[in-house]
Amino acid sequence: MSAALPKIRIRGLCKSFGEKRVLDGIDLDVEAGTSTVVIGGSGSGKSVLLRCILGLIQPDAGTIEIDGVDVLRQPRREQERQREKIGMLFQNAALFDSLLVWENVAFGLLARSGRGGPRIRRSDARERAGEVLAQVGLDPSVGDLAPSELSGGMQKRVGLARAIAARPEILFFDEPTTGLDPIMGAVIDGLIVECVRGLGSTAIAITHDMPSARRIGDRAAMLYRGQLVWQGPAASLLDSGNAMVDQFTHGRREGPIGMELRR
Amino acid sequence: MNALTRPARLVEAIGRGVLDTVRAAGRLALFALAGLSHLLRPPFYWRNFVSAFGEFAFFSLPVVALTAVFSGMVIALQSFTGFSRFNAQSAVADIVVLSVVRELGPVLAGLMVAGRVGAAMAAEIGTMRVTDQIDALGTLSTNPMKYLVTPRLLAGALALPLLVVVADILGVLGGFVVSVVKLGFAPEAYVMNTLAFVQPMDVIVGLAKAAVFGFLIALMGCYNGYNSKGGAEGVGGSTTASVVAASILILCFDYVLTEMFFSR
Repeated sequence: MSAALPKIRIRGLCKSFGEKRVLDGIDLDVEAGTSTVVIGGSGSGKSVLLRCILGLIQPDAGTIEIDGVDVLRQPRREQERQREKIGMLFQNAALFDSLLVWENVAFGLLARSGRGGPRIRRSDARERAGEVLAQVGLDPSVGDLAPSELSGGMQKRVGLARAIAARPEILFFDEPTTGLDPIMGAVIDGLIVECVRGLGSTAIAITHDMPSARRIGDRAAMLYRGQLVWQGPAASLLDSGNAMVDQFTHGRREGPIGMELRR
Repeated sequence: MNALTRPARLVEAIGRGVLDTVRAAGRLALFALAGLSHLLRPPFYWRNFVSAFGEFAFFSLPVVALTAVFSGMVIALQSFTGFSRFNAQSAVADIVVLSVVRELGPVLAGLMVAGRVGAAMAAEIGTMRVTDQIDALGTLSTNPMKYLVTPRLLAGALALPLLVVVADILGVLGGFVVSVVKLGFAPEAYVMNTLAFVQPMDVIVGLAKAAVFGFLIALMGCYNGYNSKGGAEGVGGSTTASVVAASILILCFDYVLTEMFFSR
């Protein structure tokens, strides 16, 4: 029975900002240990979906279950406990400028130290940060640099290291390859796949980079005007048989997806 | 028809403005309460507190010191010019110490620090907001209010009084130097006059004002930064708003506190 329970189950998720309905009844299951890629145009609600699951945005309606527990109906403390299972790589890495790289990587470990997580000294956290930096292909000496001294690709790696440092059960990736050259994009994708498999985590990535989507994802879903219009294997993204997905993945101007103009 | 609708529109606009102001004041009050409530619940981020305290107390010292010295000097000159018309030059020491300790020390230090630390605070937190760093804190088991706001509010309330102690001493010293060197006062008499005239209550209320001003500076910096929107322009806007709002609040609260403690 419990084997069939998805790691993340979303039902009827809705969110509006003023008149604009950004999420309009999203239903999505993400099985444990799999990666799901959500594709869609800019402003289609991909980031809002992730932020709702993370608790950064309160949805208007619907349920979000993690391990069968509806996090939206839980007391605040329980919600925070559920969400501690999640690690997140932000679009621009979102590293803390005022901290050194190793402090960024070890931030979650130190924050949880003695508060639900194992008690950890700063020296041990420093050591663990070095290990995780090595895991994402960076020399541990990078830990002593400031984030502003790193290139975009290195910042993404550090962001990934920060996301996986506490060995989360769930990983979210928000546009992981945006702003990177194709080779660096492939390197980051490779690291993401390695980390997800290495940790046995469940992952959701949002992107509109098709090669990246196919490299990262086991499953894929397309979000359009607040609704999931297609779900299927990531490998079939380029020949899904769905007119919207085909137009999007092949970058065609003609098709059912019209360019939205702001009135 | 138009003649009738125009006043109605005016009333509507005024009403909307009043409602918006009340709403904004309510949001600010809730933000302040949320920030303060974390003082009672662990963990407390001492590193952030020490860093903010240093920004307030140590790095603002030069600008506050200069402002205080020159203000004391100017008051001595101006009050001498005024009182010499009534042969009351001996009151110069009293006026210098009273204006510096009760008013100029806390108010000028507050305004200077609002421009220096309040603006920097709003810019830093605003940049963190628009670059997702505040959201990232939330995903790393850290409450952003507890991490960013609470230590700064406490640092502001505790550091500004220390700064004002220095400003008071230097302001009185500035008045003393001008009075003795330029206006020909006897140093001993000036010091005796100063010590005889100033009351402990003057100093205490000046420091209490400073604590309130420090809290307000931190609050406006944090509040505007935390609610920044729209990239670099939004951060610039919230930085300006934090300095303007803190300066206005300092002057308003200065009147209210003076009325509370010194009016008879």
